Order: sequence, then C-alpha cells, then structure tokens
Amino acid sequence: MKSKAPIYFLLFAMSALFLGMFFGLTASFQYLMPEFLKEQIPFSKMRPFHVTSVISWIVLCATGSIYFFLTYVEKFKLFSPLLAKIHFIIFLLTGIAIYFSFAFDYTEGREYFAFTPVLIVPILIGWVLFGINYFKTLYKNVKGWPVYYWMWGTGIVFMCYHLLEAHFWLFDFFRLNFIKDFSIQWKSYGSFTGSWNMLVYGISIYLMSKIKKDSNVATNKIAFFFYFLGLTNLMFGWAHHTYLLPTQPWIRYVAYAISMTEWVVLASIIYNWKRSVLKVEKENHPMAYRFLLSTDLWIFLNIILALLFSIPAINFFTHGTHITVAHSMGTTIGINTTILFSALFFIVHQIYPDFKTDRKWIQRGFISFNISLFFFWISLLIAGGKRSYWMYVSKTGLFSEMQDSLVPYYISFFIFGIGIFISLLIVATPIFKAFLQKIKP
Amino acid sequence: MSTNSRPYIFAIAILLAIFGFYNYVVYNTDGYVAVEKLSPMAVKGQQLFQNNRCWSCHQLYGLGGYLGPDLTNVYSAEGKGPTYIKAFLNSGVKSMPQFTFSEEEKNELVEYFKQVDETGIYPNYDAEIEATGWVKLKYRNETSEH
Ligand code: HEC
Repeated sequence: MKSKAPIYFLLFAMSALFLGMFFGLTASFQYLMPEFLKEQIPFSKMRPFHVTSVISWIVLCATGSIYFFLTYVEKFKLFSPLLAKIHFIIFLLTGIAIYFSFAFDYTEGREYFAFTPVLIVPILIGWVLFGINYFKTLYKNVKGWPVYYWMWGTGIVFMCYHLLEAHFWLFDFFRLNFIKDFSIQWKSYGSFTGSWNMLVYGISIYLMSKIKKDSNVATNKIAFFFYFLGLTNLMFGWAHHTYLLPTQPWIRYVAYAISMTEWVVLASIIYNWKRSVLKVEKENHPMAYRFLLSTDLWIFLNIILALLFSIPAINFFTHGTHITVAHSMGTTIGINTTILFSALFFIVHQIYPDFKTDRKWIQRGFISFNISLFFFWISLLIAGGKRSYWMYVSKTGLFSEMQDSLVPYYISFFIFGIGIFISLLIVATPIFKAFLQKIKP
Repeated sequence: MSTNSRPYIFAIAILLAIFGFYNYVVYNTDGYVAVEKLSPMAVKGQQLFQNNRCWSCHQLYGLGGYLGPDLTNVYSAEGKGPTYIKAFLNSGVKSMPQFTFSEEEKNELVEYFKQVDETGIYPNYDAEIEATGWVKLKYRNETSEH
C-alpha cells in the first residue's frame, strides 16, 4: 500500500486555494466600498489570510506533486514514509496556527509572513524533513539526474535559506539599519518566489517529458542552461524590487545586469513557439496538456512585462502601482497555477486511468479561467498605469480622488476575480472529489 | 536516460561560493546615505507598524499595499508632519481602520516615520533617467538647487 501523504498534501493545497481566493475577493471588495464592514473585516485583516493561503496553495501543491511523482510514477521507495507523514502533520497544524494568529491579531511579522514569527520554526522543520526525504530517496535511486531533480532539490534548499533570511529582521544587526534591513526583506521575498518557481518549473518540465514521453526535454544541455540561468536570477536578480531604495548603487547595477539575461528566455520562447504548439497531443492527458499550453501564453505575456520593468527607467514609473500586482497575479495564477493544475490532471489520471479529464464543463472552466484572468490582468495594468500618471505626470489631486477615479477598474478586477474563482471551482471539483475517494479508508 | 552530473555539481559549487560572498557583502553594507540607527523608540514604532499591518495598505519606498498612500516622506512632506500623522492614526478615515493608539504609541510611530524619512526620498522626482535605462537617484544628503 502506497503512502497517502501526497494526496493529503494535494487536498490541503486545493483547500488553501479556495479559501485563499475567497479571502482575496473579500479583501478586494474594500477597494470598491472602502467603508463597508471595515471595522469587522478591514482590508488589513483579510490580506494576510489571502496571501498566506494562496502562497500555501502553490507550495503545498508543488510539494504534494513531487512526493507523488517520486512514489507513484517513478515508484521509488521513499527514504521514510513516516517523515513524509510528519511533514504533512506539521504543515497542517502550522497552517491552523497561522489562521489563529491572523484571526486574533498576533501579527508581529512582516508582509508575506505576517504571522507571529515563532511559526516560521515548524515551517522550516517541515522543509528540512522534506529535504532529507528527497535527497536520501534520490541519492539511492537515481544516477545522473534529469534537470527537474536538480530544480526540486534547489527549490527545497533555497526555500529553507530564504525563509530564514526573511526573518533576519529579528536581529538588531539588520533591524537597526533601516535601508539594509528593508532591502534584505525584499531580497528574501524575491528569492523565496524564485525558490518556489524552481519547484513549479521543475514540475512543468517533468510533465512535458512524461506527456510527450520524451526524456530528452529534461536531460539536454539547453534545459540545464535555463536551469542555471534561473538559479543565477534567483540568487542575484532580486534587487529589481528595490531599484528606488537608496542602497549602494552597485547592488542595483548587478540586479539590472542579471535581470536582463532573461531576454534569452523570451527569445527562446518565441523561437520554440511554433514547434511546441504544433505538437498538440490529444489522446494522452488532454487537460494536463492544455494547461501547459496556457502556461506558455502566460509566460510570454508576463515575461515581457517583467523584462520591461526590470529596466530601471521603466521601473521608476511602474514601481509602487498595480502594475506590480498585475505581474505577481499574472505569474502566480497564469504560470504557477496553470502548471499545478496540469500536474493535478496528470496525477488524477495516474490514480484513476478511467478518469475522463476532457469533460465539457472542465473545458468550459478552463476557457473562462483564461479569459477572466486576461481581463483581471488588464484591469490591474490600467489601474497601475493611471496611478503612475497621477504620481509622475499630472501630480495633481488628492490621493483619495485618484483612488476614486480608479473604481471602474477595481470593479472589473473584482468581477473577473469572481470569474477566476468560479472557473477554477468548476475545473477543480471533480479532481478534489477523486482525491477524496482515494483517501477513504 | 541519465546525464553526467559532475560538471553541474561543479557549476553549482561555484555559484554557491559567489552567492556566499555576495550575501556576506550585502549583509554588511549599509544604505548609501549615512543615517542614525533606528532608536529604541523608532523600533517600537516599527513594531506597531507591523503588529497593526499598516503595510497591507501603505507603502514605504513604494513597497507594500496600495489601498493607502506611500508614507516614506509623510514626516517631512509639505503640509504634513507629526501633528498631521497623529491626526490620522485614530481617525478611521476612508478604509483605514480606527485605531486606538495611546499618545506614547503615536509618538513612537511618528519617530519611526521621522527616521525612515531621513533615509531617502520617494517618489524620487529629481531622479535622472539615463539613456542606458539607468536611473540616478537623488539622495537625501545631496543639496537641492530648488
Ligand atoms: C485598511 C487600510 C489601511 C490601514 C490598515 C492603515 N491605513 Fe493609513 N490610510 C489608509 C487610507 C486609505 C488613507 C488615505 C485616506 C485619504 O486621504 O483619503 C490613509 C492615510 C494615512 C495617513 C496620512 C497619509 C497622507 O499622506 O495623507 C497616515 C499617516 C496613515 N494612514 C498611517 C497609518 C498607520 C500608521 C497605520 C497602521 C497603524 C495605517 N495607516 C493603517 C488606509 C489604511
């Protein structure tokens, strides 16, 4: 009997996604009606619930998928199924503790890790357990790793490091130097994102190689080239978040130079475009494949945006506006979530070979998800553009007047947010049910 | 199909060494403009800023939430300043929740904003945008001609 821990992780992840989207809608409602329920559920209360839940979705779904691939698909004997179980229990309990800490205002932490800082300890322990299990299992079973094993290993190690780094502010050595402290805070967030991207992009390459039944995608030199490019950016590219902080200029020069290497990624996407689109394979994993195709599209759109505002002269105008939010929503939803849904469809098909993924409603959900996300993204870009205009060009009018003039875009943001929520519910429900079936005693 | 891992391990080791050195330097580098360390009072103010999640609506240097205005220079901005800040804290304007800070806590928050203000300028209207795409910031210690 195989361990059910991977399935538990996936169910946990999907629950976090739906809760997180619900919190997000509740929070964004305050953009439309600032005074509505603001004493009971102020924006500042809902935002941490939203952010932590949706980040947990990405990280937990990636974790569950990796455990699943190792044990169910590759059929490796896990170094310790017990550790995996403990890992799950620690994360579950910590998740509950985090919700309590938000609900009762124990929020001494900072943006993205608002919970009371001791809770980072069990989170770190969970990652270390995952790391032990991962490396021990692979070390025994595989010689000459394909690129995705490197990526997952890298993701786990850097995740531990940057979770720690995000809490350096607890030490006076950092905290008392405001600029240093603040830039390290944002350094850690950038690299934290880079770490989960290692996990998720690794999954996309894994899926590609399995769906196309072509292991070369994961072993060729180009795949490794992009892995190293990603790793370099994870390590040194973070400072484009802090171009406008009065840090030492060399920190920003390095970031500018490193960030520009990502143009290579754009070039390769365009170069490979025709090839990848032509090779649609419908018989095998149709939904998993479709989600990966939409990933391609979202990578394309978001990388153009990211490359542009990694240029300081453009960043100067987009920084501090919803254009940044468009970028983070575009990448976490458009890229990470589509890859993870592809993984979920792949997984459910592995568990139940008869599970028909290509149902009419799932297809409809998939299409309305992409359309909603597109308009959601555009609304944010326009809102950001208008705020930037207010900040740097017109420079007139009160903050509140500027906010009021953006309400139409916040409304469309909110409506298409509901669209994303419902679409993903439609797509995910059958999978969720199938997983529940699987863990029934 | 398997790959030869040796060159990759070697490349990762080199990157890690550079990363270690780079981190060491970054962790030991202060901001461009020399300023006082945060005072104990300002640290308390910062903690209040965190405990009450002011960051979820407000930004410092453009980083944070976008429901409220940026507060980097609220201490020194024309027509704003300590009294203005204090007036906002317990007022519950617009979407801002109505806080119940004591006088002492208000002073701590103001002290924090004062020290943040000394570190730099945001939005940096006098920055120079160069043809290379680079932006030359204007720092607090540079005397302005206006
Ligand atoms: C739910 C969102 C929210 C939270 C949380 C919040 N604020 Fe505000 N704050 C606002 C909004 C919106 C305004 C602008 C009101 C207006 O001018 O219309 C504002 C205005 C201000 C101003 C005046 C800024 C200016 O330039 O005019 C200060 C100072 C301020 N807030 C401080 C704080 C502090 C300190 C905290 C935390 C203790 C905090 N705020 C928490 C939303 C929030």
